[in-house]
Amino acid sequence: MAHPQAAQPQPASPPSVKVILTGAELARVVDRIAHQILEKTQGATNTVLFGIPTRGVPLARRLAARIGAFEGIKVPVGVLDITLYRDDLRRNAVRAIGPTEVPGDGIDGRRVILVDDVLFSGRTVRAALDALKDLGRPSSVQLAVLVDRGHRELPIRADYVGKNIPTALSESVRVTLSETDGCDEVRLLGGRVGA
Amino acid sequence: MRHLLSGADLDADTATLILDTAAEMATVAGREVKKLPALRGRTVVNLFYEDSTRTRISFEAAAKRLSADVINFSAKGSSVSKGESLKDTALTLQAMGADAVVVRHPAAGAPHRLATWVDGSVINAGDGTHEHPTQALLDAYTMRSRLGRIAGLHVAVVGDVLHSRVARSNVLLLGTLGAKVTLVGPPTLIPVDIGTALAPGTEVSYDLDAVLPTADVVMMLRVQWERMADSYFPSAREYARRYGLDGPRMRRLPDHAIVMHPGPMNRGMEITPEVADSPRSTIVEQVTNGVSVRMAVLYLLLGGMT
Repeated sequence: MAHPQAAQPQPASPPSVKVILTGAELARVVDRIAHQILEKTQGATNTVLFGIPTRGVPLARRLAARIGAFEGIKVPVGVLDITLYRDDLRRNAVRAIGPTEVPGDGIDGRRVILVDDVLFSGRTVRAALDALKDLGRPSSVQLAVLVDRGHRELPIRADYVGKNIPTALSESVRVTLSETDGCDEVRLLGGRVGA
Repeated sequence: MRHLLSGADLDADTATLILDTAAEMATVAGREVKKLPALRGRTVVNLFYEDSTRTRISFEAAAKRLSADVINFSAKGSSVSKGESLKDTALTLQAMGADAVVVRHPAAGAPHRLATWVDGSVINAGDGTHEHPTQALLDAYTMRSRLGRIAGLHVAVVGDVLHSRVARSNVLLLGTLGAKVTLVGPPTLIPVDIGTALAPGTEVSYDLDAVLPTADVVMMLRVQWERMADSYFPSAREYARRYGLDGPRMRRLPDHAIVMHPGPMNRGMEITPEVADSPRSTIVEQVTNGVSVRMAVLYLLLGGMT
């Protein structure tokens, strides 16, 4: 960033923080996605939600709970750890792997809905599709995300989006959830001050 | 961690990470596609200068489940019988681009030397009477999955401690993970001061019956018949009477205690069939767990940036 008038040295200002979704707004967004899933899947029958760690897992559980509250049906929730399917494994220090939990009846012939917090490059979703392929053969796969921040590097698109946030590459989207971080919030960090 | 040469290479955090990773790897065995893509395009060489069934097959299965390419090398039928040295063999493997070398060798310290010659990771799969760290890891994994913990357990390691690389690696690793180890065997087969040399707090006993009532785990070691000529004990019968685990002895153990054996067993010598085939015995589980633990080790050594 060029600052022509920055003659006097200024103390390094903290990165700008903008709240995108408050806790109450986030809850409404989850409710809406739950309704959309019910609508698009005609009642979420024969459907399994798979959370992608870390924050996709509590989101998937919340969606299942809301779907249960609206229609009184129980949607199974699984956990899909994608670490070993990442395309950047070799570019980073070795990562610890987490648990993968498949609901009792498996995924063969079912509709799988992948759930994650932020959709960015699309590489996580590609890895999740590869991981899913080794667990069985779903009848179809859909994707639900809380935030779509753009900048896709692969031909991937979400079926359910909580909020579209136009971002710059230098910015980052931080989702916090009460289950993992103590409070519900979505914030946009970095970026241009005052922009 | 670049190599796995000794049980002493592992601190408690690293060992726990390996066991946790192994627990996730174990779930792959129950899937339709028993394969993970983590080591695609990596080459693992099994370099075996000594006979082995389960360790070599276990490493091969582990590497293949992670999608690595596996090259098996056994000294028999290779240029080793033409007199090629370990170093020249190592340089050959290096030239072929091995990312990891799993080595078993009759000489203690061979894997340590090998590690100075090759760029890839070296995993010690047994060197002489020195160490066998992946066996100790799979034993620890088995204890944890059966008994829920390792810290605070009392583990009796029984038999030919003198010649056992399994015992040495186990004493080191179990000490790190907070278990108490008692080495039991005839005085001729337990080196003086081995406990204090490897892990402080390790005890030595020459009386199996006195140790059994407080043991959570009894690990029977194979009596190495090839050493019988050296008269470490008067006769096989006497050894079996004093240090063999039979039904009546097994019933002296606490109800929750488990019986382990690294294999291959001499049934009727250090362990009777009644004990080996009882529900307390984890011998078959140990083989299954071996694949998961070796998958974890290979992944943690080769999975990231090298």
